[in-house]
Amino acid sequence: MTPFSGEIAIRPTRGFRGLAARELWAYRDLVFLFVWRDFVARYKQTVLGPLWFVFQPLITTVIFTAVFSHIAELSTDGLPPTLFYLCGLLPWNYFAQTFNSTSGTLVANAGLFGKVYFPRLVVPIAAVISNLIAFAIQFVLFVVMYGLHRASHVDATYGMRWDALLLPLVLLQVAAFSLGVGLWLAALTAKFRDFAVLSTFLVQLWMYVTPIIYPLAKVPEQWRVWVAINPMAVPVEAFRYLLLGTGAINATLIAVSLAMTAAALVSGVLVFQRVEKTFVDVI
Amino acid sequence: MSRPIIEVRGLSKRYRLGTIGATSLREEFNRWCDRLRRQASPADQREFWALRDVSFEVSPGEVVGIIGRNGAGKSTLLKILSRITEPTGGEALLRGRVASLLEIGTGFHPELTGRENIFLNGAILGMTRAEVRRKLDEIVAFAEIEKFIDTPVKRYSSGMHVRLGFAVAAHLEPEILIVDEVLSVGDYAFQRKCLGKMEEVSRGDGRTVLFVSHNLGSVTGLCGRAVWLAQGRVQSIGTADAVVAEYVRSQTEPTRSDYDFHAWGGAERCSARLMITGLRVNDGAAVTHGEPFRARLFFRTQALVEGVSFALGFGTVEGTMLATYDSDLGGQRRTYPADLEGVIEVILPELPLGPGRYALSLGARSGDAGGLDHLPACSVIDVQPGPRTHASFVHSPGGGLRLAAEWVGPAPTSK
Repeated sequence: MTPFSGEIAIRPTRGFRGLAARELWAYRDLVFLFVWRDFVARYKQTVLGPLWFVFQPLITTVIFTAVFSHIAELSTDGLPPTLFYLCGLLPWNYFAQTFNSTSGTLVANAGLFGKVYFPRLVVPIAAVISNLIAFAIQFVLFVVMYGLHRASHVDATYGMRWDALLLPLVLLQVAAFSLGVGLWLAALTAKFRDFAVLSTFLVQLWMYVTPIIYPLAKVPEQWRVWVAINPMAVPVEAFRYLLLGTGAINATLIAVSLAMTAAALVSGVLVFQRVEKTFVDVI
Repeated sequence: MSRPIIEVRGLSKRYRLGTIGATSLREEFNRWCDRLRRQASPADQREFWALRDVSFEVSPGEVVGIIGRNGAGKSTLLKILSRITEPTGGEALLRGRVASLLEIGTGFHPELTGRENIFLNGAILGMTRAEVRRKLDEIVAFAEIEKFIDTPVKRYSSGMHVRLGFAVAAHLEPEILIVDEVLSVGDYAFQRKCLGKMEEVSRGDGRTVLFVSHNLGSVTGLCGRAVWLAQGRVQSIGTADAVVAEYVRSQTEPTRSDYDFHAWGGAERCSARLMITGLRVNDGAAVTHGEPFRARLFFRTQALVEGVSFALGFGTVEGTMLATYDSDLGGQRRTYPADLEGVIEVILPELPLGPGRYALSLGARSGDAGGLDHLPACSVIDVQPGPRTHASFVHSPGGGLRLAAEWVGPAPTSK
């Protein structure tokens, strides 16, 4: 049932369709319920529940510290390696999780989409929101680790900046970008199954072109703009800049990153909407 | 007359056969190369029009039934009107809140409780949380699951599952309700309750209902008007009684004894591994009550299929199943290699069907649940009275089964 009254016109659309924002807003309760379903269903099935969100970044950080910092002796910008990696993993894990869940949207929900209509964008948007829960848990983990470090090193030179309050804006950019790429992959996977294999692989490789295990400062200055074309690079660096006080970002890099994010989001929505209208016929 | 609440104008839908299922990059690349060479690739030529230029109007408060054989385009029409897929041409205007029920309990999550699923399913069907909260008690009472409302749905019986799903659906308050044959699930008493609720919905509150069914009885019972679809086109529109009568009459085409099912059913047919390709009824001889009956099923396998059993069903032309013969009731399940053209014959020593007209259904499955092919009401037979037909049956041919039994009662008394 459409949650609003009024005339519905059903006709073939040619080319790309604009975003039906009004309709999407009418389905906000469904977004909320999908977020809540993801959350409840996930914890009912696991023994450790939300603790998994703590283990995963902790273990990754330990391994990164051992391999990249101690064995390979890569720079961590003068920061304690644990905090350096953990901080970079915050936005990265959120991106990887969201990208994973949104890219499977159409294929995973084919049964549901074949039986009932609601704006298909509801599902990926719900995924973007429900992954914020995991992010929040990992953020708490970071704050705890940060507190422990500061307490044991009173003379530490690094520290949270007052403009860390801007963090939600950076997170918003990561959310927008994950949604954009996720929608691209969702559309492509619905048409070509090859992309399902590709997307896992893609995330793995992507991490290496993003300054997670190395600081952006290690990239020669004239190349940094090229790194910023990867819209994840600047947010990861910005997280470290805001939370730990070191990072090589400037207005140009931020502008490039934001422009790329906007392009990914807009094109992602358009491509997704083009595929969603008939994808049940080919699934 | 008021403005129609549903207006369908020239609606068409084309499927490309052979491209159903997601393609791989390689196939797409080949097709792209063909296009560069300005040749239509073979896949592009196999088109199938599931709907062709369908037009009709529905006034507010009407209950309209959609009838037609399998593959006539009924489901495609519902999918387009429910906005699950887009039409290829034409348009449809729906003036009001639309609820479509193509399935019961869509989106139920097994780990969530009954109560949680009511909210989830309600929202998927378009209710707001506030609406669901207001109707929660009513829904729970309608579904008769008060005691299990906080139990995860995975512990529900299939009956409870269906009741919960329908209870949510029945409490939507749309102006237009689109229903597929969802009532064919659940126990009989609950089916009656659902039909009652549907009648209440349409008559009581003046809601518009579009109802697709194979059960012609419920179409004449519930609907004022009916649309008959045949091969994707509107064959007839009119009062439900008239259209159903016309439809039943059309099934009285002279009965044949040989059928070719290669192209039967269109895009909705699922027969990827084993396909029933033809039927020969009684070796071309007349079909007679009480006499032996044989039917030869021709089939083709595309893959190795194990534990195959075939089924032959007799039903009324209105769609009610009367009797089914399964080959595995006699212990026969067979394994067939891939790419086999096979024949299997079923022989009934005495045909129990009384004189009259019947629809024949065929099916094949692998094991107990793996459906391979299903052709409901794919052919028609006329059963003639025979030497064993009881005189009363010849005088009033009512159809149906006539079976022998032992009758026990008080000993005959003489006056």
